[in-house]
Amino acid sequence: MTALRQEPLAEEWARQRVRRRTSVLARLRSKPVAAFLMCLPLLVLIVGLIIYPFFYSIYLAMLNKRETQVVWLDNFRFLLTMDTFWLVVRTSFLFTFTAVFFKALLGFILALVINTLPTRGQRVWRGVSLVPWVMPLALSTLGWWWIFEPTHSALNWILVELGFAPKSWLADPFWARFSIILVNVWYGTPFFMIMYLAGLKSIPLELFDSASIDGAGPFQRLRFITLPMLKNIIAITMLFSTIVTFANFDIVRVLTRGGPRNETHLFGTFSFRLGIESGDVPLGAAVALVMFPILAVSAFFILRGVRRSVV
Amino acid sequence: MKQKSSVDRREFLKTVTVGTAAASVVGFPNVSRAQTKLALGLWDHWVPGENAVLKEIIEAWGKANKVEITIDFITSIGEKLQATAAAESRAGTGHDIFAFVTWDGTKYKDKLEPMNDVAEALIKKYGPYNENATYLNFQDGKWVTLPSPIGSHTYPLETRMDLWKQHAGIDVQDIFPPDVKKRDKKKVDAWDWKMFLEGAKKVHAAGSPAGMSIAENTDSNDWLGPLFASYGSTFVTPKGDITIESDATLEVLEYLKELTKYLPPDIYAWDDGSNNRWLISGRGSAIINPPSAWTVAKRDQPAVAAQVWHHDVPRGPKGRWRGSLPFTWGVWKFSKNKSAAKDLLLHLGQKEQQWKLITASQGYDMPQQNFFLDHPVWVEIEPPKGGQYNYPIRGDERLIVCGWPAKQDLAAQIYTRYPIPHMVSRVTQKGDNPKEAMKWAAKEIATYMRG
Repeated sequence: MTALRQEPLAEEWARQRVRRRTSVLARLRSKPVAAFLMCLPLLVLIVGLIIYPFFYSIYLAMLNKRETQVVWLDNFRFLLTMDTFWLVVRTSFLFTFTAVFFKALLGFILALVINTLPTRGQRVWRGVSLVPWVMPLALSTLGWWWIFEPTHSALNWILVELGFAPKSWLADPFWARFSIILVNVWYGTPFFMIMYLAGLKSIPLELFDSASIDGAGPFQRLRFITLPMLKNIIAITMLFSTIVTFANFDIVRVLTRGGPRNETHLFGTFSFRLGIESGDVPLGAAVALVMFPILAVSAFFILRGVRRSVV
Repeated sequence: MKQKSSVDRREFLKTVTVGTAAASVVGFPNVSRAQTKLALGLWDHWVPGENAVLKEIIEAWGKANKVEITIDFITSIGEKLQATAAAESRAGTGHDIFAFVTWDGTKYKDKLEPMNDVAEALIKKYGPYNENATYLNFQDGKWVTLPSPIGSHTYPLETRMDLWKQHAGIDVQDIFPPDVKKRDKKKVDAWDWKMFLEGAKKVHAAGSPAGMSIAENTDSNDWLGPLFASYGSTFVTPKGDITIESDATLEVLEYLKELTKYLPPDIYAWDDGSNNRWLISGRGSAIINPPSAWTVAKRDQPAVAAQVWHHDVPRGPKGRWRGSLPFTWGVWKFSKNKSAAKDLLLHLGQKEQQWKLITASQGYDMPQQNFFLDHPVWVEIEPPKGGQYNYPIRGDERLIVCGWPAKQDLAAQIYTRYPIPHMVSRVTQKGDNPKEAMKWAAKEIATYMRG
């Protein structure tokens, strides 16, 4: 009796297994599931390297210095009382806005110039212009450091040879800020250039031809065709660059280490100074997190502007 | 079957009175060496060959004691050693033994195994650690870390004796001969910061200025801290009272206003290598630094190296203070092999090992127990003969780390956030009133006191 009952049951189980396998395969074949599975490695990376560290840094920023108790927003309140923190805020804004402005301006001019070149020459110049951007930033900044080096500056040697007075590029607060902005502009301009160039390529030539026939000059074509057509690319590029520039670390770290007298510290380098060098990880995390609302708000407004213009 | 915890340690403890009893009291638990593994995160020494000697010593110990050893030599360039310590302290995993830069042991002391047993055993055998090492490692009644000779260094004056003799008329070789018994007390006593200033004026006029940084680097702390101390200016008392606003501080700031007129104008952007380059280039006539500049000069500019004399720093009204920046060893609490780790550190603290390591570092590594200062390397190394004899303390100098005598947690902040170089450069570069600069420093230091 038992054996008789087992046989149909076994068959039934086998059928169920096949059905289940078929069902799983069918689900796997469905587009949403396949898409999810393909995205899974990326999601794991994002969760592990961005979302988890982000929430962990929020947790850290709410601990006391010894990390033995939760002090909620005390670290942020404390930062507001620090003169050095406000100096870092001022420097970060100055660095970011000045650098992004010049990167956008020079990138735009460069893109316009390269766009007017014949196709063959364009390729060479495009490649050459991208060199600063594709080099590892820490490495190229080291090269800049040798140019600005306090005692044996190559730039000063040239200045002296030309009859000018040498400058304290990294020792004087004004020139130190100038130097870090200059290096950032040198590094970031190719990114703007390539984005704008891509945008310029997408503008139909007929528009320029029609405008020319209607008597529009180069400036009018720039103002009424090029700029409006590039508006969204300009906005997105500036947003992206603002975020990256605001969070810059390498240039200041290699060139000035935040000196002289903390005058060139940005949020990232000051956070490192407090968290790693001084061992006050919660306060360092708080400094790093200050960037978040600033960037989030600017991202919100810029992206809203882009969305509206698309609609 | 249990094995004895370590042949070395047992043998060692037998040599000191009540050693074995001490071991049982402090709790060196017996461990099975057959399955023991030890991972070490050590400083990647800049002296060629030092890492290899250290590795050989440790691996030989591992083999003798059936301990599987893994060593990572981690560079301190770009603060990688500090970043690794920070990551391990947080993750609760990593190396068993870690070589900490000066203040990192203090930062992570709650996460480190007390080293009382090892430190006390070594003290019993070789005598006390120096004053500065004791201050850094012995906190709240326990040895939170163990003083390490590897990478530890002091900051004597490295003087181009030819230039100072020729242009300033000061013969440092004569004042500090390579035999402490031959020192003339009158000449040594006359070597003070005022005399240094007069000499600095003359070598500057001759086109070979002295060079000391006033920037965000350790070298700045390591000559400014001792200078302030030599005038009696300390920044915070052990009880936590901020005392930086004082007549002594004011006196030093006024002194530095004068001295910096005769130093290179770019010292405010110097890093830890800048003064080395300054001396090696042949332009500089004196720096305050360990013998690393001399070592590189010996390779790249032998003529310069042959004229470099290491000697005592100038004296102030309140004594002669020299900067010291030691490394420390720690064993993480999360280590599963604390006993083996301590055995190994005890082994490394023995004379035989210390001797080999000092030799391998060409005298750069400064032992933290005076017992080892009679190593012949500082007498023999040349050129010039005897040029490093005074690299270990031979006279009336006291070792200090900038931030002393404040409680170590606060001193670590004073050291690593550079308020002292900032205060000085506010006066000497920016042109602030010294009293305003002192007030700024006091306010800044107060912000380091949050709990």
